[in-house]
Amino acid sequence: MDIENKTYTISIYTENNIGLLNRVSAIFQRRRINIESLNISVSEIEGVSRFTIVVEMTEDQIKKIIGQIEKQIEVIKAYYHTDEETIYQESAMFKIKSDLLFEEREIQNIIKESNAQIVTVNRDFFVLEKSGRRHEIELLHRELSVFGILQFTRSGRIAVTKEPMQISQMLKAFNQ
Amino acid sequence: MDTQTIKQKQYLEQPKERISGSEAIVRCLLAEGVDILYGYPGGAIMPVYDELFKYQDKIHHVLTRHEQGATHAAQGYARISGKVGVAMATSGPGATNLITGIADAQIDSTPMVCITGQVPSHLLGSDAFQETDIVGISTPVTKWNHQITKASEIPEVIAKAFYIAKSGRPGPVLIDITKDAQFEEFDFQYKKCEGIRSYKPIPETNIESVKAAAELINNAKKPMIIWGQGVILGKAEEEFKAVIDKTGIPSAWTIMGASAIPTSHPLNIGMVGMHGNYAPNVLTNECDVLIAIGMRFDDRVTGKLDEYATQAKVIHFEIDPAEIDKNVKTDVAVLGNAKESLELLLPLLNKNSHQEWLQKFKDLYAFEFEKVIKDDLHPTKEGLTMGEVLKEINIQSKGKAAIVSDVGQHQMIACRYAEFNETKSNITSGGLGTMGFALPAAIGAKMAAPEREVVAIIGDGGYQMTIQELGTIFQQKAAVKIVVLNNEFLGMVRQWQQLFFDKRYASTEMTNPDFITIAKGYYIDAKRVTKREDLANAVSEMMASKEAYFLEVCVEKENNVFPMVPSGASVSDIRLE
Ligand SMILES: Cc1ncc(C[n+]2csc(CCOP(=O)(O)OP(=O)(O)O)c2C)c(N)n1
Repeated sequence: MDIENKTYTISIYTENNIGLLNRVSAIFQRRRINIESLNISVSEIEGVSRFTIVVEMTEDQIKKIIGQIEKQIEVIKAYYHTDEETIYQESAMFKIKSDLLFEEREIQNIIKESNAQIVTVNRDFFVLEKSGRRHEIELLHRELSVFGILQFTRSGRIAVTKEPMQISQMLKAFNQ
Repeated sequence: MDTQTIKQKQYLEQPKERISGSEAIVRCLLAEGVDILYGYPGGAIMPVYDELFKYQDKIHHVLTRHEQGATHAAQGYARISGKVGVAMATSGPGATNLITGIADAQIDSTPMVCITGQVPSHLLGSDAFQETDIVGISTPVTKWNHQITKASEIPEVIAKAFYIAKSGRPGPVLIDITKDAQFEEFDFQYKKCEGIRSYKPIPETNIESVKAAAELINNAKKPMIIWGQGVILGKAEEEFKAVIDKTGIPSAWTIMGASAIPTSHPLNIGMVGMHGNYAPNVLTNECDVLIAIGMRFDDRVTGKLDEYATQAKVIHFEIDPAEIDKNVKTDVAVLGNAKESLELLLPLLNKNSHQEWLQKFKDLYAFEFEKVIKDDLHPTKEGLTMGEVLKEINIQSKGKAAIVSDVGQHQMIACRYAEFNETKSNITSGGLGTMGFALPAAIGAKMAAPEREVVAIIGDGGYQMTIQELGTIFQQKAAVKIVVLNNEFLGMVRQWQQLFFDKRYASTEMTNPDFITIAKGYYIDAKRVTKREDLANAVSEMMASKEAYFLEVCVEKENNVFPMVPSGASVSDIRLE
C-alpha cells in the first residue's frame, strides 16, 4: 500500500444541482482533509458539471474518498489522477500601478518573459493575467512583488486527463 | 416502441388535474403506497396537514409527542415492514428535532422519507420566523435531500425521494417544501421513479469474483461467516441459510444482522463485537477464511483493526462499493445485492461440514456459559438480572416477539439473549446508539405488524428521553409491551466508570420518578416487579394483555455486561470478567 502523501487531482462529473458542493466538501471536512483548490465549471457534456479538486493525501485515502464521492446520488463519476496523468493549469491576475509599466523597464521584460497577458491598462493601474503551473505563477509573483502589487488573485487548478474518461458512453448506457 | 417510450407516452397521456401543492404531496404519498405516517404539525406545514385531514380515511397520520419520536417510529415501521417509513414536521425546531432519527436511519441504512415545511420562498435566507437551513443541516446525515420551491416540482422530487430511500443501500431522504409551493396550484400528474442517471443502486455482480469466493470457501479448513443487516435488507435470508446449510460454516452476526436466521440454527454461533459472544470474537483471529456478508466492519465489531483477522483471507459480499477495503482489506470483494450474489454462489459451493472446527465454537461457548451466561440467565444471588428477564420473555413469547431495544446494558443483554425465530425481529439503534430510540420505534413496529408481539426493552435512562411517547401509545391504542429494566443508573456508562475510571460514578446515578404512576397517568396498565418469584407471572400477565402494558423490573444496580472487548483492544483479548 502506498502510504506516501502525493498531490492528486480529483475530477467529478455531476448533475448540476444546488447543494451538491455542500455534500462533496462535507466528505473532505469530515475526514479533516484540506482542499488545496477547488473549481466547478460546465463540462464537455451539456447539463453536466465538472469539479476539479486538488488534495494531498495517500493513495489509500484517496480511493476511499472517491468511493464516498461516487456514493452521492448526483455524482455521475469521480476519478483521481496524479500530476503526471493530467495536463493542468492555474490562472492568476495581478493589479499593478500604471506608472511602473511606463517607468520600470524591467517590468516590461518580466511581462514578456513570463508570457503574461496585459488584460487592461488605464491611467491608474494595469492588469496582468498569467496562466500556467503554480511555480510559474509564483515566480512571476515574486518578481513583481519587488515593485508592489495592488491586488493579486489566483484560481483553482483546472485539469484535463491524458487518458479518455468515458462519461458520454456511461450516460448513453443509462438512456438505453 | 420500447417499453420506456411506451411508459413515457402513457404518462404524458394521463389526464392532468389542477390541485394545490399540498394536495399533491398527499396524493404522491398515496401513489407510493403510504398509508401511515408520523409527524407533528406547525405553521410551515399546515396546508399539508389540512389535506391529511381531508384524506384521513386513506392515510393515517400519527401524532407523536416530539418530532424525534416521529422519526424513530418511522424507523421502527420501516425495519419491521421492509417498506419506507415516513415522518413529517414543520420548519425550524420541528425540522431540527428530526435530525437524531435521520442520523440514526442513515448509519443503520433504514429507508425513510422525511417531509419538512419551510418558510415561503421569498423569505428564504432572511432569518424569518422558524426558518432554518434544514437542507444544509441534514446534508451529512441523509442519503439525499432537496428543497422544493415550486409546486410543479413536487411529483418528480417525491418520486425520486422514495426511489432513493428504498433502493440499493437504503437510507433517509429529506424533502423540504416551502409554504408557497404548498399553496400553489398546478397540473398534477404522478409517475414513479424508475431510475436516476447518476445513481446506480446495485453494482453489477462480477461472476469471476463469485467464482473466486467459491474457490476460497471450498478450500477453507476453518471458514467463518459474519453476517450483517445486508442479509435482511437484501431479503436474502433463504439464500443465506441455503449457503450455510450446504457448507456447514459457523456463522456469527452483528447486532444489525440479528434474527436473519433463527437463534436455534445449529450453525448460528452468536454475536460478534464489543459485547458479543466469546467464541466468534476469539476465533475471528483463528479462522482461515472470513466471509463477511452485508456487514461493514464497524469498529465496535473489529476492535483494534491492526490485530483483526490478519491471518484470514477475507471475502466481502457488499452492495455499497465504498465499504470495500474501507476498514478491512479484502482478498475477494463480491459486489451486489446479497440475494443475487448468494444465489450465484450456492451452486459453486461444495457440500461440507466443519464438525471439528464447529466444535471449537461449542467448547468456547461452554466456557462462556460457565463464566457469564449461567449467572445471567440462572442467577443464584438475590438481585434480579437483566438476562433472566429476557429469558422469561423468550419463554412466554416462544421466541416469536419482535424485540425493540434501546441503548445501554439492557440493549446488549437483549441482543445477546433474545431468541429470534423470525427475521426482522431485532429492532435497535446499532450504528448511532441513540438512547430514546426504543419507545417510539416500538410504536412504529407494532403499527407495521399489528399481528406480532412487540416488546420494547428499555433502560431507565433512555426511557426518560422519549417517555412522552406514552401519550402516542395511549392515543393510538398501540398495543406495545414496554419493559423498563431499572437499575437506577445510566448502567453502561457506570460500567465503564467502574472498569476504566476507578469507580468514579460521575453523573450516572439516577433518581427516578414513580414509573408506574406515570404509565397509569397515560392510562396504560402497569406493574412493578422487584422479586424473582413475581417475574414469571408479571411477564405472562403482560403478554396476555391485548393492550399496551408497562412492566418495570427493578434489577441489580451494579451488574456488568460481559464478555467485553475494551475499546481499542483486539477481539481476541475479549474479557469475561
Ligand atoms: C442520546 C444519547 N446520549 C448519551 C448516550 C451515552 N450512553 C450510552 S449508554 C448510556 C446509559 C444508558 O442507561 P440506561 O438507559 O439506564 O440503560 P442501562 O445501560 O442502565 O441498561 C448512555 C448515557 C447515548 N448512547 N445516547
